[in-house]
Amino acid sequence: MGLRKIVDNVKPTFSEGGKFGFLASLFDAIETFLFVPNTTTKKGAHVRDCNDMKRTMFFVVLALIPAFLFGCYNTGSQVGLEGFAALMYGLVRVLPMLAVSYVVGLGIEVIYAQIRKEEVAEGYFVTGFLIPMIMPVSTPLWMVALGVAFAVIFGKEVFGGTGMNIFNPALVARAFVFFAFTPQMSGEKVWYSDWTMMGAQVDGVSGATALEQLATTGQMQWSVMDAFLGFIPGSFGETSTLCILLGGALLLYTGIASWRTMLSVFVGGLAMGYLFQAVGLTDYPAYYHLLVGGFAFGAVFMATDPVTSAQTNVGKYIVGFMTGALAVLVRVVNPAYPEGMMLAILFMNALAPTVDYFVVEANINRRKNRIKTVK
Amino acid sequence: MSEIIKLRKGLDINLQGKATESLVEAPMAATYAVSPLDYENVTPKLLVKVGDKVKAGTPLFFDKNNTRVVYTSPVSGTVSAVNRGEKRKILNVTVEADKEQVSEEFAVLDLKKASREEVIEMLLKSGLWTMILQRPYGIVANPADEPKALFVSAFDSAPLAPCMNFALKGEQANLQKGLEVLSLLAAGNVHLSVRANAAGEMAALKGVKMHTFEGKHPVGNVGVQIHHIDPIAKGDIVWTVAIQDVAAIGRLFSTGKVDLHKVIALTGSEVEKPQYYRIISGAPVASVLEGQIKKQAEGDSVRIISGNVLTGKKVEADGYITATASQITVIPEGDKYEMLGWIAPRTHRFSVSRSYFSWLCPKKQYKLDTNLNGGVRPFVMAGLFEEYLPMDIYPMYLFKAIIAGDIDKMENLGIYEILEEDIALCEFVDPSKTEIQQLVRDGINLMIKEC
Repeated sequence: MGLRKIVDNVKPTFSEGGKFGFLASLFDAIETFLFVPNTTTKKGAHVRDCNDMKRTMFFVVLALIPAFLFGCYNTGSQVGLEGFAALMYGLVRVLPMLAVSYVVGLGIEVIYAQIRKEEVAEGYFVTGFLIPMIMPVSTPLWMVALGVAFAVIFGKEVFGGTGMNIFNPALVARAFVFFAFTPQMSGEKVWYSDWTMMGAQVDGVSGATALEQLATTGQMQWSVMDAFLGFIPGSFGETSTLCILLGGALLLYTGIASWRTMLSVFVGGLAMGYLFQAVGLTDYPAYYHLLVGGFAFGAVFMATDPVTSAQTNVGKYIVGFMTGALAVLVRVVNPAYPEGMMLAILFMNALAPTVDYFVVEANINRRKNRIKTVK
Repeated sequence: MSEIIKLRKGLDINLQGKATESLVEAPMAATYAVSPLDYENVTPKLLVKVGDKVKAGTPLFFDKNNTRVVYTSPVSGTVSAVNRGEKRKILNVTVEADKEQVSEEFAVLDLKKASREEVIEMLLKSGLWTMILQRPYGIVANPADEPKALFVSAFDSAPLAPCMNFALKGEQANLQKGLEVLSLLAAGNVHLSVRANAAGEMAALKGVKMHTFEGKHPVGNVGVQIHHIDPIAKGDIVWTVAIQDVAAIGRLFSTGKVDLHKVIALTGSEVEKPQYYRIISGAPVASVLEGQIKKQAEGDSVRIISGNVLTGKKVEADGYITATASQITVIPEGDKYEMLGWIAPRTHRFSVSRSYFSWLCPKKQYKLDTNLNGGVRPFVMAGLFEEYLPMDIYPMYLFKAIIAGDIDKMENLGIYEILEEDIALCEFVDPSKTEIQQLVRDGINLMIKEC
């Protein structure tokens, strides 16, 4: 184990009191990335499940990969490329964004961990991957950096860090960028890559997203199948419902995401969609809502965030349903924001503790009454 | 017999080293120990000094918090040491055993005529009172209280737990006698819970309210059973006694002598020949482990646990078996680094998560070590603990109330109904590696202090 020896040799330098003691958290993050630590149980259960946060977060990223790869391909294909070239174009196009997201976000996380003398939590591993996927592909890098910084500091660290935040940090970044730079972040150009390379035809490529077309005309220029497969403009990773569902299947299979939440969001969205169709506010089928925009992505990867979503099983049904219903409500009724998913999830993040509060209160009352009725 | 209470939640961790049903008489050990640390919230005050002669049943110390309760010697002999730790805290009192064992003699009571107070007095004097634990809090019962009911679990569902039907073979009369004694103590019923399809002779015991449980661990925990039979509300007090202790109480009331022998299972992947031993309470672990630990490769070591892998206490090779233990488990220490282990398939390790493959082979027996398998993190995974606590309680909310020190919430969310052992599985599965059992004990201690 040569690598282990090297790590052991430099460890004192990077520990508290060592020359680079101020990097202890960073060093620890790298060390525990390479090696599962040799810490043993001290109290309580002597054996532990071999699952940990690193593995959990790794599987979430794994679940994001299909949608990410399709996002790369779609970015290329929207500017006239095909096949492997499209994939490579998209990959090159998005990597700077991903790098900025991780460097800025992890940088802030490491600083906070060092100040608190904690280990670096793995949560940002996922958040940092999510952020580029929910941004339009032509979002300027400095905006991404600002959004990330805002999200990590005000969306997460001010609440106490991982596990304590109220709002989904990735969505906080998205919301910040959207509201702070509305002119740049809306319109018809931002959804298409503007990099001239690999023979991409970027000049004059523009157009409304499927979602915007539905909101304004009630129709979209793409077929349902195109929307399901993801060959439509939109934020980088959100377009392919199929790839998102693949990732969702992995999350459900591993039990990391709650099927209760995920299912309820879809049901809520459909129910609201049918309602609007029935009363004649919309004249396209309700299931369109699940295929366009960020609905599926939000339902699978955002609404199910175990920290910011409801914590109780009953709460998950309620919050999930309301998230889906609210997203469609905003989409249809509010003319200013064609995308309701982001706002719906953030709003339900804020409401989830209240829903849980009532579920837990019901449990407390139930248990009090139960005790009275026995004998 | 009443209907079967089926519990869906829980987890059986399938470990290597289950005891085979053969019983070895452990030889008389040189010294025996009684430790106040085997009980919660005991402040010991010594009644003997080194060199004093004692018999089985002679008081060694009493509890300043519960002054009528004395802790007695399990054997006759000479007090050989009072071992102290930091701040002169008493760790244990050891007694060097005589060759000829004698017990304090107690007048045998006629249970048909004896008053409740006489029975209590006999239990207190003999030291067997310390076998009666109070819920809430899991402390030794206060003789001034009258519990609303008394609960006994006739089986243990913990990993590698001994089969109580085997351990108590031939003790049927003593069990019956013990239950008779206990029925004099509680205002309400004595509840005895047996395992479905594995009740054995226990099902024939009389004078108790019999319940049948079916399910995975922690179904054998008396706390879980109480929750489903007659839950504890604020102000309620119930008492519990371990099934082997019921037999010891029965022996005392049949013979008038203190006879603290019991059968324990020697288990775990690092044991040469896992089997049952008849010992006297307080025996050194070496008396059963002699030559039984598998030879370890260089750099490897083992952990000896007095009790099961979820709730037992870590003991050194020269330590003593805790009073409440009915098994000893020996497993490998996990003080090893594992390169990129968190991405590896790790088929040799066990997880309830499907990000591993252990769910594919439910019959496989695992050799688990003591590695924490990750770093300590804040709570993240919601909804996981609920699956491993078969009670109508929201564990995550309870744990958070404990962290916040919110007494009202702890009370409302169910702190009276649980002990460390009941949420040990939550600690096992927690990917954030929180020390939940210690957390719950801290919460209980706060309740004791504040209420």
